[in-house]
Amino acid sequence: MSPSVPLQEMIRAIRSARTQCEERGVIQRECAAIRAQFRQNDNGSRSHNLAKLLYVHMLGYPAHFGQMECVRMIASPRYSEKRVGYLGAMMLLDEKQDASLLITNSIKNDLSHSNQYIQSLALCTLACMGSAEMCRDLAPEIDRLLRSANSYIKKKAALCAVHIVRKVQDLGELFVSAARSLLSEKNHGVLHGAVVLITELCERNPETLERFRKTVPDLVQIMKGLVISGYSPDHDVAGVSDPFLQVRILRLLRVLGRNNETASDAMNDLLAQVATNTDSTKTVGNAVLYETVLTVLDIKSESGLRVLAVNILGRFLLNNDRNIRYIAMTSLQKIVVTDHNAVQRHRGTIVDCLKDQDASVKRRALELSLALVSASNIRSMMKELLVFLSSCPLELKAQAASGIFIAAERYAPSQRWHIDTILHVLTTAGGDVRDETVPNLIQLITNTSELHCYTVHKLYRALLEDISQQSLVQVACWCIGEYGDLLLRGECQETEPVQVTEDDVLDALETVLQSHMSSPATRGFALTATMKLSTRISDNVDRIRSIVSIYGSCIDLELQQRAVEYNALFKKYDHMRAAVLERMPVIQRNSSGQNSEDASEETIKEIQVTKVKQEELVLAQQPAGPVRSHDQVCDLLDLLSGPQEPLQPSLAPAQPISTTTALMLDRFYIWTQKGFILEHNLDSGLLATLTASNSSDSDISSFTLQAAVPKVRLSVFVSELEQIMRNIKDGSIGVDGLSLNLFLILKYEITGINREGASTPNSLFLSFFKSGHDVLHLRSFSLFRCRTDLIEVIT
Amino acid sequence: MIKAILIFNNHGKPRLIRFYQYFAEDMQQQIIRETFHLVSKRDDNVCNFLEGGSLIGGSDYKLIYRHYATLYFVFCVDSSESELGILDLIQVFVETLDKCFENVCELDLIFHMDKVHYILQEVVMGGMVLETNMNEIIAQVEVQNRLEKSEVRPFLSSSKSFPLIYVFGFSQVSAIKYSLSVL
Repeated sequence: MSPSVPLQEMIRAIRSARTQCEERGVIQRECAAIRAQFRQNDNGSRSHNLAKLLYVHMLGYPAHFGQMECVRMIASPRYSEKRVGYLGAMMLLDEKQDASLLITNSIKNDLSHSNQYIQSLALCTLACMGSAEMCRDLAPEIDRLLRSANSYIKKKAALCAVHIVRKVQDLGELFVSAARSLLSEKNHGVLHGAVVLITELCERNPETLERFRKTVPDLVQIMKGLVISGYSPDHDVAGVSDPFLQVRILRLLRVLGRNNETASDAMNDLLAQVATNTDSTKTVGNAVLYETVLTVLDIKSESGLRVLAVNILGRFLLNNDRNIRYIAMTSLQKIVVTDHNAVQRHRGTIVDCLKDQDASVKRRALELSLALVSASNIRSMMKELLVFLSSCPLELKAQAASGIFIAAERYAPSQRWHIDTILHVLTTAGGDVRDETVPNLIQLITNTSELHCYTVHKLYRALLEDISQQSLVQVACWCIGEYGDLLLRGECQETEPVQVTEDDVLDALETVLQSHMSSPATRGFALTATMKLSTRISDNVDRIRSIVSIYGSCIDLELQQRAVEYNALFKKYDHMRAAVLERMPVIQRNSSGQNSEDASEETIKEIQVTKVKQEELVLAQQPAGPVRSHDQVCDLLDLLSGPQEPLQPSLAPAQPISTTTALMLDRFYIWTQKGFILEHNLDSGLLATLTASNSSDSDISSFTLQAAVPKVRLSVFVSELEQIMRNIKDGSIGVDGLSLNLFLILKYEITGINREGASTPNSLFLSFFKSGHDVLHLRSFSLFRCRTDLIEVIT
Repeated sequence: MIKAILIFNNHGKPRLIRFYQYFAEDMQQQIIRETFHLVSKRDDNVCNFLEGGSLIGGSDYKLIYRHYATLYFVFCVDSSESELGILDLIQVFVETLDKCFENVCELDLIFHMDKVHYILQEVVMGGMVLETNMNEIIAQVEVQNRLEKSEVRPFLSSSKSFPLIYVFGFSQVSAIKYSLSVL
């Protein structure tokens, strides 16, 4: 058996290996020798072997065969072996391994050993890897040690108790009294451990917190002693007396003073004293000041103290040391919600930090800037944030982009500014924005109808420059498809006119379709946009047909399906093409988000789906209404009486006089579809007539019209109406603008194709207005265009 | 709470690793590699705080590091520790090492890995700061070393190997010693 090489020679051998392979070889030989020696129980060099094993473990090689050896070494009576054994236990074992249970007994014995260093080894190991069972077993021992006379042991026992409390919360009760008594210690190490223990106990258990509130005066005394006392060489670090202990006590004071007036009052003086007396030229002084500031801002301190704290943070912000600036921004982040105005004062400095070279400082500055955006500073802040976005490191881009979107949505001063901002973000960081940006932006664009022309021009220009940013390309394709006619028209009030020919537009879309940089989703957008253009342009429809037919044999399944369906639109359903590819209506933003996302893609197959959603929409918005009124079938003749039935009995007393002051058109179309027209006529005040006429060549059959009025609303309507009638009779003025929603569903068959349509709940109103003293008139108007694209309303 | 303490050199070779939370071995090595990757990219005049990588934990954890000549001392801590306090703690630890090893350099850490562990055990225990007074730490470490020495001595003549802990002279070390400038 070759003699085992001592640790350092082994290390030297490993280091002299010139390649990774050689190193592995050396280590494998060594491990084999160590394993053999473990089996042999070679007494003299057991500790060396384990030390070697630990070194090998640090380099990343497997060392699990040393676990049992650790257990054996811990049980050995010799200090050197125990020491390495415990170290091995801490490195190799954890509560998940079975071997860790075996050392419980050894630890228990060692905790009562006469030698304090052996006790300390046991305490250390328990604190590092003690499992919940071990903690439960040994907690009484620890409590006993907390009361021992030896301060070395006491401080270690205190931290061990913290670990126990973390593992098994219930055992905290056990340590409360011991912790309380430790506060009167003089030894700083013990005091430090005691404060950590008390902090942990208070954070976990509110009752314990209450009990420890009484110790606030003691803690204040200790702090005062530290701050005021003269130079103490033992604990001095760069002029500050035991800064670590000060920081710990301040943190405990924070926990105790939170949400509690009396405790906070007791600490006010102390905090003011620490804040003013601590020397802030060194890092240690700054550490104490920083902790003081955090405490002041977290407890119920008086306002003067708060102002002082925020000023200290402001001073930190201007410090040359980047660490201090980072720290200052971290703490400002914590208070930006509660003391918003105070933080706003430092906005300039924070925005400057956006330009710092340091990535950590930039990150902090970004988060803080986003928190500081408000309605008053949105324009200037956005300028800065956009500049930042163009030069920021990659890992921050997504966060910056989404933060900008949220801020823009909340505080946008005008629609155009909003769209401009979003476009800017897409052009600079389009690849890093989140997925839901695209539908959100599309929804925003459709909502601002006056800017469609401007938007599509800008997007087109952006598309020409760069087709690599997927989100931008998707939005641009969608807009070009929708508003291509505006683009081709050329002139636009908001930007300079640019002559765009149909060929240019189709070229752009084709480039997107063919480019390697486009993702499949983007290609889908481009294909649909090309198809939509077929109804908006006049000359190049053939070109579109050829593009679409090419993709009928594309490998991508989604594209192929779309292309085939669009081809079908060209061939068999050409008469429907214009209707299908019409302008999309304004997309309602729903809280579910479901509908608006579907709205961004329009194909034939989705019309059925949208109709179903339409009814769901109706149901959702009129929970009380009897919308399921399909059983209430009216035929054409009943149209005249149907909606007005509830009104007529009450109207009898009031005889209408024909009015000349009617303000609305009396007649309008509810439905036009290839020759089928449903009209609504307002005759002489209170009678509304719906007339359906068919001017196409083919016959119409199976016509059904269903009208519904929400039940609840109806009863309200009727009672209000009665009130009005009474007022009119009395001579007092009645109320204007009383209105009732009317909901229509109609179905018919023409040339063998079933047509269906429905109005939205908000699309048709029957409302009353007064003109003259005692005359009530009925008028109808529509507010919004209907959802299903098959109904066109003109007023 | 301190989650991990890592010391590695400018090329990423670990010189001391101590995890106060359980990680599997391969995970540990991955964390070391990732941390090295993050820390080595940093300039020398930027701040000493890094938001951690994905492996070392969630948003609550930060990497606080100091760079001394050829070594990076990295502490991974959560929000319950004061950041500036930990920076000072690193300083205290390095100064303690300096006193214990007399002008400590990287080679000392390499060849006396276990001794460094014992010193660290006096400073940080179970992820919490135990003692920050340098003199106290050194005193305790020396007592423990003497204790160990007194045990080993009776066996010194019979064992074939050298007592590995107390190699004070570096005559066996043939490599060049670089000096460590303490920032």
